[in-house]
Amino acid sequence: MAELLFWPALLLYGEAALGYVGEARQPGIAGRAALWGVRLGWLAQTAMLAVQAAREDGFPWSTWAGSLNLFVWFVVTAYLFWGSRRPYRLLGLTVMPLAAALLVVSRAGGGTGVGTRSHYSNLFLVVHVGLVLAAFAGFTLTAGLSALYLWQERRLKQRAATILRRPAPSLATLDRLSLRLVAFSLPALTLGLAVGVGRLIDRGDAVDTLVVATVVTWFVWAAYLVARLRGVTGRRAAYLALAGFVLVIVVRLALPASHFA
Amino acid sequence: MRLVLVGTSHHHAPVELRERVAFDADTAREVAGRLGEAVVLSTCNRTEIYVATDDPDAAEAQAVAVLAAAEPALYRLRDRAAALHLFRVAAGLDSLVPGEGEILGQVRTAAESGTPGLLLDRLFRQALHAGRKVRAQTAIGESPASVSSAAAALAAQVFGELDGCRILMIGAGEVGEQAAKSLHARGAEILLTANSKTDRGELAAQLANADVVVSSTDAPGYVLDAGTVERNRRGRQLLLIDLAVPRDLDPAIHGLDDCFLYDIDDLQAIVSETLAGRRSEAERAETIVAAEAEKFHEWHASLDVVPAIASLRARAEQIREAELKKAEGVLGRLGESERSAVESLTAQIVNKLLHLPTVRMKQAAAAADGVLYAEAVRHLFGLGEDER
Repeated sequence: MAELLFWPALLLYGEAALGYVGEARQPGIAGRAALWGVRLGWLAQTAMLAVQAAREDGFPWSTWAGSLNLFVWFVVTAYLFWGSRRPYRLLGLTVMPLAAALLVVSRAGGGTGVGTRSHYSNLFLVVHVGLVLAAFAGFTLTAGLSALYLWQERRLKQRAATILRRPAPSLATLDRLSLRLVAFSLPALTLGLAVGVGRLIDRGDAVDTLVVATVVTWFVWAAYLVARLRGVTGRRAAYLALAGFVLVIVVRLALPASHFA
Repeated sequence: MRLVLVGTSHHHAPVELRERVAFDADTAREVAGRLGEAVVLSTCNRTEIYVATDDPDAAEAQAVAVLAAAEPALYRLRDRAAALHLFRVAAGLDSLVPGEGEILGQVRTAAESGTPGLLLDRLFRQALHAGRKVRAQTAIGESPASVSSAAAALAAQVFGELDGCRILMIGAGEVGEQAAKSLHARGAEILLTANSKTDRGELAAQLANADVVVSSTDAPGYVLDAGTVERNRRGRQLLLIDLAVPRDLDPAIHGLDDCFLYDIDDLQAIVSETLAGRRSEAERAETIVAAEAEKFHEWHASLDVVPAIASLRARAEQIREAELKKAEGVLGRLGESERSAVESLTAQIVNKLLHLPTVRMKQAAAAADGVLYAEAVRHLFGLGEDER
């Protein structure tokens, strides 16, 4: 069943990604079709996750593919309920292609299959994985906003005659929202990491590469926050956010299958 | 009741002719009152008189007499064409700048200060509805249509809400002032109004506090160069609008990080593009307007058959009541509930018999055969002359 729901989710996210490309070229029907793609795709993916949760008695997303799938769901959920509002809708231009691509990668990496049962408790996994993935979803949206910032800034620099026919969020708005998202996401990552490290010490387990990479990611985003609070804005802040996002992707894709085993 | 329109607009008459028939609010009210059921729409681009009348030729002659000063450029429309014209006007489709929003308020004001009866009241209410619908369902009025409003819209693309944004005005050209007004209308405040003779040091110092610079002097050289801007803006994001020819602001400023410099050509290119967008939206708007005008036409046409339908129903009711009265001897012996059932049954029979003819007459009215059908009904059912 979960397998059956994977394909509609993927196709609808793909349709949304294409729709946003169309929306950027000519606002109107393509944007509306894209938004419906996001809504219906999200419903399909949510149903898929619900089926996975129902058929497992433990935490069903502790596999590499499962965790990536859940990460995509977090990103799309955040976009759907916050980012898809009219002024920021073009954020889908950066978020939805990524969501579709990561879903394909998760499929290649195991799809909706079930891994070995983790020796960690369900509560721990929900809190730790939930917080870390929510934070990563926030960083992903921040990167999307930053990419949109660079696109909008480029249009302003190019003095594109079409700039007012295809309005995007203002530079100031994109800059401000990026800061707010990181201010929310970094504490979530901090807490998620603290819970994980606490359990690691408690059980006397070894630190793996994923933990190290996640801590490095934390430092980069903490540096972003400090820089922003010290007055770094605009293009430099956007590039810093994109650098932090590269680390997020590296961490997500390099997640050792054994991390929760 | 017929609808008559006589008027002139920027499509037909130059300003020298239009100004001869431009009415202020009081005169427009007085003219409307003189013409009976009438509304006078007078704006800088048009003067139009709408009259609802049973004698269209006489009403048209009266309206033409009022607008005689623009006689060679007058247009005369009636009924369906007149209604469609007003719907297009209210939607901004007949405006100099397609989709401009001011006309909707002007149409509303004209209707309020006229002397509309049933027909004109419905016409203007439906025209306003069509105008609002076009603005809600198309993007025809969303993009700026002038250099000054384009400057303000650009500022919004950089700074978002302009509340608290500060403008440094250099020079006092007309377009520059309009741009400052547009920015001010969106919440920006004017920090300083300088001119080409203002001390360059003072001008540069103000850059540290400005978000938008609007320049329109007649100075022969650059008023601000890239070095001065970079040294004085203290890392702030800056939008610079150069409306002067020759240019006031060094083009190299655009190369600085977080500085966006637009000159008059850039702004004119943006306005041309947005106007092209408005024109493509106008095609969608025309479809909406045509559908709304058709609805009005159906209603208007049904007015021809409404008296015949009312007479027919009254006649049927009269017969029903008379027949019930005749049968009173028998019905009187029935209980309350049986009597009520008979009343209801007879009423239902009458309603069902008249339903289809009523619908068909309204359909025929919309297809312009309404009057013929109404006459046929009067003849067939013997509806008397007094009912006409």
